[in-house]
Amino acid sequence: MRFKDVFSIIGPSMVGPSSSHTAGAVRIGLVAHQLFGAIPERAEILFYGSFAATYQGHGTDIAIVSGLLGFATDDRRIPDALAVAEESGMEVIFGHGKGLFSHPNTVKLVLETTVPEPRKLLLIGTSIGGGNIEIVDVDEFTVKISGNYPTLIILHEDKPGVIADVTSLLDSEGINIGHMSVDRKGRSGEALTVLELDSLLPGSLITALGSIDHVQRITTIDLNSV
Amino acid sequence: MNFRTLAELGVLCSERGLSIGKLMLEEQSAESGRSQQDEFSKMAAYYEVMKEAVQRGLHENTTSRSGLTGLDAQRVVAHRQQQEACLGEHASNAMAYALAVSEVNASMGRIIATPTAGSCGIIPGVFVSSQERFGWDDEHLVHGLFAAGAIGYVIANNSFVSGAEGGCQAEVGSAIGMAAGALVELRGGTPAQAIHAVGLALKNTLGLICDPVGGLVEIPCIVRNGFGAVSALAAADMALAGVRSVIPSDEVIQVMLEVGSAMPEIHRETAGGGLATTPTGRQIMQELREN
Repeated sequence: MRFKDVFSIIGPSMVGPSSSHTAGAVRIGLVAHQLFGAIPERAEILFYGSFAATYQGHGTDIAIVSGLLGFATDDRRIPDALAVAEESGMEVIFGHGKGLFSHPNTVKLVLETTVPEPRKLLLIGTSIGGGNIEIVDVDEFTVKISGNYPTLIILHEDKPGVIADVTSLLDSEGINIGHMSVDRKGRSGEALTVLELDSLLPGSLITALGSIDHVQRITTIDLNSV
Repeated sequence: MNFRTLAELGVLCSERGLSIGKLMLEEQSAESGRSQQDEFSKMAAYYEVMKEAVQRGLHENTTSRSGLTGLDAQRVVAHRQQQEACLGEHASNAMAYALAVSEVNASMGRIIATPTAGSCGIIPGVFVSSQERFGWDDEHLVHGLFAAGAIGYVIANNSFVSGAEGGCQAEVGSAIGMAAGALVELRGGTPAQAIHAVGLALKNTLGLICDPVGGLVEIPCIVRNGFGAVSALAAADMALAGVRSVIPSDEVIQVMLEVGSAMPEIHRETAGGGLATTPTGRQIMQELREN
């Protein structure tokens, strides 16, 4: 079933005008905000397809920036997001993406910062209707993140047993996995495992997951907490 | 959820002796793992936003960012106050409230997507005007939203609810079906009557294209929300009177899928056809580009 519950039909609470071009765009920005863990110094926002054709009229531009600032879909500051971004020291560059894209409503984000050390995040998200989204790429790993559930994202080395260690730790806390995907750059290279969970993770468990051998970085996404 | 179709939903309601709204609340709680109280509170908060949007649309400046639309809800109210509305007072109110919410949406105000932002006026238009008219408490209306959600859940999973996928029949049409079915239940109709209302309502929007001028959620989206609220009232009345959807509502949903899938790309929210490419539609698009 594409739509899982009543609130994917009634809702979200949002600032207009379009659930796919505006609310969905805020949620894509929010995922990027949570993954990046900070407001970026520079955000390059490339629109594809229908997003590219009508982003100004629908406020898709300010919606993405709102998400990057950590605003919820119904934050009243959304219309002023570009000014808030400037005050926050975020440089924003909009453009039209070139090449193939996965869905008529697609955006590619490249976020960068230099503090405390230089880092970059690349994320591609699609807005699939009614405010529902799918993140399809994180740092050139193929993923599938809906944002509807607490989500655990684990960057690790592609070694046998890492995923078993992760799932057994979740099992020990009674946490159920609703969806899971793994992608790797190559055999024994970097891998990214994404788990959509039925419940929130306690902080102690995140620490424990972080100390598993070959795990390099853990991030979490929880749009319901915004 | 333990149902995929409206027929299954009706069977579950009669097995458990519950209204569609109360059944959906139970199902939602089971799906999310949160308490019924938590789920009810979330929906109640959404209903507050709907009521607030109606009031903003009736009293504040709703001129959209493009400048193309705004203040039509207030025109309808003023007209009704000056002379008797053709629709009569109550249907005129439902229409005005639906326009109000849709205009708040176009002017970057806060709304609830029901099921989408482009169709956000219809359910609040029907619900808030009916609440005033019949004196229902908020709790009754919140159960009604769960009923609307159950109907939308079936439509969305068996067909579509966005104009980009299935034309405006999917977007405005789904909202009308949801509002009609929920209103039947709010008025004390049976689940079977509510389900007939969905089929009756959807039949009347089959084939409706999505052709927004300039690609914006304004022309003709806002007025279609106004018309939609009135259609929902009509469908609810027919069902409450005992009119049946002779073609079962689940089969009507399948027809919507068939028609929407056959619809050319230019008539599915691309602004490549329909009203968007009339001489005036093209001129507006040109002006938007230049600004």
